[in-house]
Formats: sequence, C-alpha cells, structure tokens
Amino acid sequence: MNIELYKNLENSFGVTSLEVKNRNQSYIRVKKEMAVPLITHLKLVESYKHLSFFTIIDQIEKGEFELLYMLHSYSRNHDLGIIVSIERHETDMESIHHLWPAAETYQRELREMFGVEFPDSPGLYENFCLEGWEGIPPMRREFDTKRYSEDTFYKRPGRETNDPAKYMKEKIYPSEAETW
Amino acid sequence: MVEKGCANLFTRSQKHINDNPKLPPIVNGRAKYNLESGKYLKIWQGPQHPGITGNMSLELTVCGDEIVDCKTHVGYLHRGFEKLMERRKYMQCFPIVCRIAVPEPDFNEYLFAATVEELAGIEAPERALWIRTLNLEMARLASFFMWLGGQSGSFGMNTQGQWTVTMRDYILDRFEELSGGRIYHMYMIPGGVRADLPSGFENRLLDTLKTCEKCLDDVELTMFNNSIFKKRSKGLGIIHPDIVDEFGITGPNARAAGFKRDLRKDEPYLKYDQLDFEIITGIDSDAYTRARVRLQEMYQSIDLIRQILAKMPKTGSFFTKLPNVLHWNIPEGQIYKKAECTRGEYGYYLRSDGSDKPRRIYVRGPSYTHAVSLMERLCIGGNISDTAGLMVSLHTYPPEVER
Amino acid sequence: MEKDMERRLYADTGAPEGSPVVNPDPRTLGDSSNIQLFNEQLKLLNSGLTEEDRLNFCDTPPEVIKPFRGHWENFLNWARSESLWILGFGTGCGAIELRPLMTSRFDMYQYGIQPRPTPRQSSIFVIGGYASVKTMKRIVRSYEQMQGPKFVLGLGSCTINGGMYYDSYNTVNRLDHYIPVDVYIAGCMPRPEALLAGLMELKTIIKEGRGEGANKYAENFEWYKANQKRIIKDWNMPDYNW
Repeated sequence: MNIELYKNLENSFGVTSLEVKNRNQSYIRVKKEMAVPLITHLKLVESYKHLSFFTIIDQIEKGEFELLYMLHSYSRNHDLGIIVSIERHETDMESIHHLWPAAETYQRELREMFGVEFPDSPGLYENFCLEGWEGIPPMRREFDTKRYSEDTFYKRPGRETNDPAKYMKEKIYPSEAETW
Repeated sequence: MVEKGCANLFTRSQKHINDNPKLPPIVNGRAKYNLESGKYLKIWQGPQHPGITGNMSLELTVCGDEIVDCKTHVGYLHRGFEKLMERRKYMQCFPIVCRIAVPEPDFNEYLFAATVEELAGIEAPERALWIRTLNLEMARLASFFMWLGGQSGSFGMNTQGQWTVTMRDYILDRFEELSGGRIYHMYMIPGGVRADLPSGFENRLLDTLKTCEKCLDDVELTMFNNSIFKKRSKGLGIIHPDIVDEFGITGPNARAAGFKRDLRKDEPYLKYDQLDFEIITGIDSDAYTRARVRLQEMYQSIDLIRQILAKMPKTGSFFTKLPNVLHWNIPEGQIYKKAECTRGEYGYYLRSDGSDKPRRIYVRGPSYTHAVSLMERLCIGGNISDTAGLMVSLHTYPPEVER
Repeated sequence: MEKDMERRLYADTGAPEGSPVVNPDPRTLGDSSNIQLFNEQLKLLNSGLTEEDRLNFCDTPPEVIKPFRGHWENFLNWARSESLWILGFGTGCGAIELRPLMTSRFDMYQYGIQPRPTPRQSSIFVIGGYASVKTMKRIVRSYEQMQGPKFVLGLGSCTINGGMYYDSYNTVNRLDHYIPVDVYIAGCMPRPEALLAGLMELKTIIKEGRGEGANKYAENFEWYKANQKRIIKDWNMPDYNW
C-alpha cells in the first residue's frame, strides 16, 4: 500500500495502525462508524473492487469482535484488510450488500456463526449451515464444541483422546522426550 | 446505484423474460411473483438428486419448465473446521485441513503450510518448493478431469466420464506413490514436504501425462465438437463482465469472461515465476467457453508439469527441521495467502495470538460466491434440465462453501 | 402406560414377549420417555406437522416383515444380494470414491451394483462419511422412503466413531444410533477396493440372511426416533416418511 493513499485515508476516514505485511498485503484499522464509508470509497474510487472475504475474529479477552473485510485491487495487485472492532454485546453492524451482492452470503453466515446482526441484509435470518440451532452461536470463543459434542452425540466406547505432548512423552518416545 | 446495475446485467434472462410476457418481471435481479396464483410451482433439486454437484440443494420456482426463481441451500456438509482448528495445535491442524476440499486437497495443505511458515519465519528448501509446485499442478489436473466427467455427464454424455475419471485415477496413482494416500495426501507439511520423490517417479509421471494428453485429444474430438454439447452449452449461464467483481468471481469463470486474471501470474507463489505459460481467456462467457478455457488449462497443466520436471533440482533437502511441534508457539500476527486452484482464488487467513493453537483460520473457497449468490441469479430464465449443466460449468464444490 | 403401549405395539408386529425392544442405554431411555410418538390407536402423532399436512402423510409405523422359511428365502436373498442398487445420494466426501467405482476402472456394474436416482428403486444406502445434523435429517427421510429389504453401508471412520470430527458440534459420532448399519468400512478415505470388499461382505451377509436392517429399524422404531429427534431440532417432517 503506498503511503500516499494511507495518508489520504487517514485524513478523510481516520484510519489508524497501518500494518504492511509485504508488497502485496497490508492491514488498516478504522472506527465502526467510518467503516462502510471507507469501504465504499475504496471500492468506487480506489479500485479495490474485489471482496476476497469478510469474516470475524473473536477477541473475547478484549470483549470485542474484530470484523475483517479483505479487499483486493486488481490494478494495484494489492490486498487490503480493513479491521473494525465492535463491542461483543452490541453486535450491530452496517451491511455492505449494496456494494457486493455476494456479501449477503457472508453476512448470513456471520449472523449464524457469531450472532452479529446486519440490518437490512436480505435473507439474513435464513438458515445457512445449521438448522434449528439453540444456544450461543457456535463460532464464538466461549462455545465449547467438544463438550457440546459429548452431550449431544453418542460416543462409541473404546475411543481415547490424549494430550499429544504428554502422551508422546510418556508412551511413545520417552527417551527422546528427555532431550526436547 | 449498484443494485440497479445488477438487475440489468443479466442480459440473457432479462431479454428472455421481456420476450415472454408470461414470465414474471425481475426486480433487483430477483423475480417478483405470487406463488398462490397457481401459475408457479416450487420444486426442490437436491440434496438427494443426481444432477447436483456434491451435497447441496436448489429450491426452484418454475413456470412450466422455465425457472423464475432459485434459492440455493448449502450447509449439508458443515463440519465446523474453523472451530475445530481453534482447539487443535498447529501440527494437529495439518491432517484435517485437506478434508475441506476433496477433489484437490493439496491447495489446503499448501496454503496452511505457507501461512504457518510465513508467521513462524521458516523457509522451505528450494527442492521442497519445486515438489509443492509439481503437487499443486497435478492436483489441478486431477480435479479438472473430475470436472470434465461431470460436465459431460450433466449433458447426457456418459462416455467421456468413463474415460476422464479413469485418467484422474492414474494421476491419483502417482499421488499414492508420492504420499501414500489416494485422495487425502497430507503431503505438504509446514517446513517442506513429507517425503522425497520415489525413484523413477518422473518417468512414470511422464508416461501418465502422455496417456492423459491422448485422452484429452479424444475428449476434445467427441465432446467439444459434439452438436448436443454445443447446442446445450452455448449461451447457457452467461456471466456478464460487469458482474464479475460484484459477485467476486475468480478463476476460469472470470477468465472466460475475458479477464486476464491468474494468481499464478499476477502474484506468483512457489516457483510459478520460473515457469513459462500464458493466461488463457475466453470471450463469450457462457458454459461452452468456460469448458473450453478449462480444457486448455488442462493442456497447460500437462505442459507445466513437464516444465517443472525438467527445471526441478534433482537432489537436495526437502524438509527444514522444525522446532518441537508439540510445543510450537507461532509468533503473534496475521497473514492471508492465496493460490489459484481450478475454481479460482483459494485463500487461507491465519491469525495467531502467540500460543500453540491458531486464534482464527478462515478458509476462502471460490465456490462460496459461485455456488450461492451467483448460481441463484444465473438460474433465472433458464430451463430445469439445464441447471445441472450450469452448476457443473461454474465448477461449484459445496464442502468449501460451508467447511 | 408407556410400557403397556410398547408391548401392545410389539405384540402386533410379532416380537416375542419380553424381548428387549429398547437398547439399554440409560441416556436414551430418559429421552425417549419425553417424546410422544403414538396416539391411543397406535397411530403416529406426526407432531411436527400442521393439521392440514397430517392428512397428507402416513401415520402407520413401520412393520416387521418376517422372512420366509427355507429355500424360497435363500433364493430371494441370492437375488437381493446380486442386484444391489445404490441410492445416488452423496452425503459426504466418501461420494468421491463412488465415481471411480462406477466408471471403467473399478466397474461395480460387473457385481450387479449400480446407482439409482430415487430411493424407491434402490436397496442400499451408502453413507459417504460424516453425517452432519442437517444431512442426517435428509438421510433419515431418504432411508425411510427406500423399500425393504434395505441395507446401509457406513463409509469411512467418521461414521463409526466420529473419526476426525469426534469433537465437532455438527457431525454425528455413531451412525448406528440413528439408522441401522449393516457394514462399516474403516479408513479416511477408504479406497475403492475397500468399498468393493465391503460390498462383497454385504453380499455374504445378505446371503446368510443377516441383512435385517429394515426389520431392526421397525422393531426399535421408538428408540431410533428418540435418538433422531434428540439431534434434529426442527422436526417439520412426518415421523415415518413412507
């Protein structure tokens, strides 16, 4: 990402903390209110026309979700990740389906997997992967999938699960494990 | 502004519907109709249906045999990989990533290995990179062969399927020599590859390629010059160039619309910058052109494998020694890596928080947009019997949609 | 009352008095008592359907069909085993190995096995790997629509004990708690040769008269239903799809 564009965005949209990974990839952070205007600007003016993906990273320790919009510009050959932090208990975010019709699928999935709402996104409350899911959305960090699986499905007796580090040390390579 | 644009871009369906006053009008790319008028019928195609790629379903609203509305239902194969990977160590993630996409699992392995290596600061040796390039090209070829069988079968020609699936099997035999597995190879481990090429592998692979090339010539003769195939696929599922970016279309689907986009050329990964090839594009952007583009890419893959075998260093180490993988903490950071698979841009996003387990891994499968939102739009105005062919011509693959 | 009803039900279908009708699993016993399947006339309640829809669907539970005796049954079993028709429903990634199996290299047609598009025509259901909860609903529905005698082949380790996805929130761990399974094929992914070996094993089982999956399903209908309803949360289909 050239520094000119970053300065430009910093002035008009309050973009912060540029993280340049390599020639073809960088990440920026922006406030929740400025996110959709920024993305619209990037799409319409700065040639970031391709939405690679849109996902959420759950930062449970900080009490927030990090929304990651990954845009790609074919003319610049550049990936730009836009990270937006929202509160974990106030999970409303502006929708971007008017920019990319494909984004409604992402938003449908995120609503189901994280419980983040995108008002006005079409088909938001339709089932995507799960049917009749009750309880907390499964991709949140506090959801324990192993416990859920043990409570819901029937285990076939005879299957053991071990902690790999401990098991290898005790059972398989006791002598090698000493030297690690 | 964009919404309005979208509605007008589906030229074929729009024209078709204007010609036929019996069909409902299209608003925002979607048909407006009253189901209770008795004129329309809702039918389900899938998940238990032979004309569906994998395990997904289409909810079609038809008027006669014209499709006026389509809704894709996915999620039948959801295993929660991203959740499972959050509670596994990095080395434990390695065997499960390849299960995400069955016809070409190698892209998952490569991208997972590449993201982890990038964050951990490990460099795979030169020969390992060449072997990976070889592996990815073989995977592309095998996956294309699988698709070719599906495409001919969906238009009622079963002979080509018999040939091409067998050709794919011959390539899988080579994979089996290489890694011990037919479908899931678990070969590209972070730090390199798991084993060296067995002795005599190159010659056997070249023999296989010769057989494959001969089969491709036959397929071109019998399938691409077949009047049934031409009649049914020409003009089917036209993707207008203007909607390519709106729907995030990548890979052969975009190239058939005239876009010169190939990640192997644009952002060369592995050893693709040392290989000599051209991006193949088409003009018409219908099912026939997409099939043509893919067929030419198969020839290209064969050529690339030959180039790789010729340019590859014959000896050298194939693996960097890793730290103890049971206590392997990856430094904090984030990275997105992508590669050009047969369907388009396949990507892995990895966020590490400094512990021995990934914080978040996101898998971007190209079918995510092709199979859901694009398929819903392209179906409209088409015929029920063409949906299977259209779906295969987009090369949709459900497991990478729901993961 | 529950016990009484069970006895009456199984008395109708000819199960011997006092035979274990319910698999003694304490966890499921607790659950099955909560789910009401039958009304007083021993017809299915179809509680997931609306009033109008109930008229359109069958309310009779499956019945045990006793095998014939002697050579006639042997002949029938031979005929069944030599014309195994697979239901063309690729439920998981195992379906990818069916393609080589049905084309020229492994060619299952030579063993009298071929894919069929509809459940009514097919006699064997190949569960291709892990069954997610959403697919499980469709599996149950397709399985019940198949005509008996019907056989199920569990493909891959994930049908046996969950395999790689043992801790996933969306895949079932043991397939045989939801539909009866005749043969399991271990491996991830099993090779086409392993699949062929499994199909040959199934042929032996049928010829010996042990392929009684449909009757097992009818006998333990309540137990299977309780297990299915435990995971399939929005049950908006009839209790028995026939």
